[in-house]
Amino acid sequence: MRLLIFSMLSLILMILDHRFHTTDAIRSTLSIVVDPVRYMVNLPTDIKEWASSSLVSHSTLEDQNQTLKTQNQLLKAKLQKYASLKAENANLRGLLKSAKKYEDKLEQVLIAEILSVDLDPFRRKVVINKGSSHNVYIGQPIIGSQGVMGKIIHVGPLSSTALIITDANHSIPIQVNRNNLRAIAIGIPKNNRLEVIHQPNNVDIKVDDLLVTSGLGCVFPYGYPVGRVIDITTNLSLPFARIIVQPTAQLDKNREVLLVWPNFGGNKQSDCRGPEEES
Amino acid sequence: MAISQRQGGFIILLSFVGAFMLSIIDLPIWAEEIRPQWVVLVLIYWSMALPQRVSVGFGWMIGLLLDVTNSTILGQNALALALVAFLTSHLHLRLRVFPFWQQAIVVFVFVIIYNLIVLWIRGISGSAPNIWLIITPSFTSAIFWPLVFIFLRRIRRIYRVN
Repeated sequence: MRLLIFSMLSLILMILDHRFHTTDAIRSTLSIVVDPVRYMVNLPTDIKEWASSSLVSHSTLEDQNQTLKTQNQLLKAKLQKYASLKAENANLRGLLKSAKKYEDKLEQVLIAEILSVDLDPFRRKVVINKGSSHNVYIGQPIIGSQGVMGKIIHVGPLSSTALIITDANHSIPIQVNRNNLRAIAIGIPKNNRLEVIHQPNNVDIKVDDLLVTSGLGCVFPYGYPVGRVIDITTNLSLPFARIIVQPTAQLDKNREVLLVWPNFGGNKQSDCRGPEEES
Repeated sequence: MAISQRQGGFIILLSFVGAFMLSIIDLPIWAEEIRPQWVVLVLIYWSMALPQRVSVGFGWMIGLLLDVTNSTILGQNALALALVAFLTSHLHLRLRVFPFWQQAIVVFVFVIIYNLIVLWIRGISGSAPNIWLIITPSFTSAIFWPLVFIFLRRIRRIYRVN
């Protein structure tokens, strides 16, 4: 009898969750109970990291300092070029009377740490240690140092869950960097890759093309690298080419990710909401 | 949860916290695929040892927490764990007198049932996984069952949970 009642209860919950997405309050309340367990699991790694950062020798620190200085020099040199390019770009756009203004304001970012990965072997998800108390919102993009990693799907008070771009339920609007061809890439969780879908067999995409976010759909900001094409199979008996993409972000090696608060060219995010996107 | 008037509710909760931690810890991919389902094992033990305390409702709550931890659809683990708790507490008298290997076979069947329910719900909600990946965790769960059983029985006797 009780089994029946509880089964009905879970059925109702599942329908509410899957069809109407109205259970976020329950989820974030319950995650208060679960979060301490997550932090406890993470404790040994935290201690190890703390120890290794506070107990390093003087010479290691010096070495590290030297490397960082060199790196900083290099990055600064690159940035100079970037500044002149930016000015040139603005000039040219002005000449063309282009409507699109270059956004000078950089996106706001916050570093988050991955608490746990891949709880479910069939999916690609990570839990990070920032939540609604840090203004994280559902649909927020996260990026790694090398490229886009995914977006937030559940937010708790102290932690949130992100769907990685190689999850089967994740799709990301992209464009080819070489010729601005727009497309959608969906995830292949099995070997951590993506596939560009619905492109005809004669599409102008080559192996080694860089794909970047197109900014359409108003989830991911424009211009972040997503991946490189590694394989194109054209089978004339099939309607579409099979285009496999290797993500540039090191999806299973990063421990730290960046949360991004994008600005969509001055538009509010609510202004450019397209058709309901898949989450 | 109104279990404070009886002894050792804290120990039961603690064992579940341990099981959750074991099921969250990062493992390499190959180990991920054979990770025993600790929470199910611990639930089976308690609803076999103390069916009057740990039963359908308790299993349901634990399942809901597992759903939040795994960020799966709310209610899928809850349903599956409620059913496992129901089956175990129904058969607890018979299970208690079984030798280890026979218990392990029953546990294998229960974990398979649990995985099947989760699989069905995932299939309905549109992300059906590889079917082999439900066999291996069930198998390792059954292998780890005697260990879990001996360990928890020890703890139950030391702290007189009843």
